[in-house]
Amino acid sequence: MKRLRNKPEYLLVPTVFVFFTLLWENLVNILELSESILPTPSRIFEALVMQLDNPIFWANLWVTTQEALMGFAAATLFAIIAGTFISQIKIVEKTTLPYLVGFQAIPKVALAPIFIIWFGFGMTSKVVMAAVIAFFPILINIIEGLKSAESDQIRMLRVFGASRTQIFFKVQVPAALPFFFAGLDVGILLAILGAVVGEFLGSQEGLGNMVLVFQYNFETPGMFAILLVLSLMGIIAHIIVKALQRKFAFWGDNTNVVGN
Amino acid sequence: MSKRDDTEIQDASQEASWIDVKHLHKIYNTRGGGQTHALADINFSVKKGEFISIVGPSGCGKTTLLNILAGLISRSEGSAKVSGREVTKPLPEIGMVFQAPTLLPWRTILENVMIPVEVQKLDKKVYLEKAIELLKLAGLEGFEDEYPSELSGGMQQRAGICRALVHSPSVLLMDEPFGALDAMTREYMNLELLRIWKESNQTIALVTHSISEAVFLSDRVIVMSPRPGRIAEIIDINLPRPRSLEMMASDAAGVYVQKIRHYFNAANVIE
Repeated sequence: MKRLRNKPEYLLVPTVFVFFTLLWENLVNILELSESILPTPSRIFEALVMQLDNPIFWANLWVTTQEALMGFAAATLFAIIAGTFISQIKIVEKTTLPYLVGFQAIPKVALAPIFIIWFGFGMTSKVVMAAVIAFFPILINIIEGLKSAESDQIRMLRVFGASRTQIFFKVQVPAALPFFFAGLDVGILLAILGAVVGEFLGSQEGLGNMVLVFQYNFETPGMFAILLVLSLMGIIAHIIVKALQRKFAFWGDNTNVVGN
Repeated sequence: MSKRDDTEIQDASQEASWIDVKHLHKIYNTRGGGQTHALADINFSVKKGEFISIVGPSGCGKTTLLNILAGLISRSEGSAKVSGREVTKPLPEIGMVFQAPTLLPWRTILENVMIPVEVQKLDKKVYLEKAIELLKLAGLEGFEDEYPSELSGGMQQRAGICRALVHSPSVLLMDEPFGALDAMTREYMNLELLRIWKESNQTIALVTHSISEAVFLSDRVIVMSPRPGRIAEIIDINLPRPRSLEMMASDAAGVYVQKIRHYFNAANVIE
């Protein structure tokens, strides 16, 4: 009980969920809405349970997961390399920054058709899409993070005779970690988004493809079920990144971290 | 000791002074194209094991002087030697304590204290014992594996002092190390510092805003005056050691404090 009093959200969050689910269920029934327009929560749940029994669903889930994770990994790798050069070498920063800002101004979803022409209808084009969307917020956070080391800390290391490389690894890299994880947190969600958007624009498999198939057949409950699965994927990814952050960047407060 | 040049240490021990500053000038070029004379013709020397303080109103260049000795900034003219070596970059025989503790939050207290050992690539096994011993001396036994955020400001600053001493530097430079602490903690830290100094026998140069702190701790006080920063007077503090807080209430101590305050008042600065 004491716990509930201190943290009322433990009670409020489920209450709100139950309230809105019941409201939704009853409104759809009272208004006699067609299932293909807005299905009831119970019908969505049924459709979800049905999919959990379906091996094709699991194969599609695995495809989208792979696309998102591979894209995310590629984005992270490139962001680390680019972020290191940009933050450490002034002239690289000055030269590349206008291009990066210009690149970020492109609505990256609009690149998907081009990627499909270049990389085909298979997984590669989705991996590239996921990577391109996730790249920028990770990069920005790495750059900000590597620059965030306090000048006093750098001065302290210099007094004790540290070289530039030592200053980089002993102060700048650890100082960047809280920012880095904040970037990963935004990046992983964008990678999932990128993979699904890629699938929407041309694919034979994946959760995005399943949504399209349900759409063709007016199976709206199935579309909602996949939406639920996608948001669950995002939540799990977020929880994993947060756990890693608590383990590897336990000292950081995230108030100054650059969001998306 | 591994990285030190033993022959140079030998030469240095022949000399009477451990810190030797001669005709030191520091001129900054200002943005407007003008020049600021931050330090003008500074001359002083410090004997081995001596405790000196540098006091003066803001803008007198005392921190600039300390940064030159630390090898952080270059001088414009003259010479600054530490243990016989001209300071052109940070020297391993120097340890420094800063205004803020400047501990790295992702390292435990012990890992923080070991930073100079790591950076100078000294033998970790040998110095780990030294670090643990220093922490014990500073009253931080049992806090070795805690993170800085779990310690009070005073404890953090003591860890900062341990870090400055771990690689056995012959000279300890302190840049207003207790300025951020409350008065009670500050007095306590002064006593702690004297105790650690007595045990480690370092040569100490302390920059401080506090006249009474300078008198309490030092063998000699270097009083500086601003624009351009120069030495107004070097005052011998002939108070017996070991020193106690009660001693600061004595007439003898009061005379020193008044004498130094006179220079501050002349510069129209209220301490």
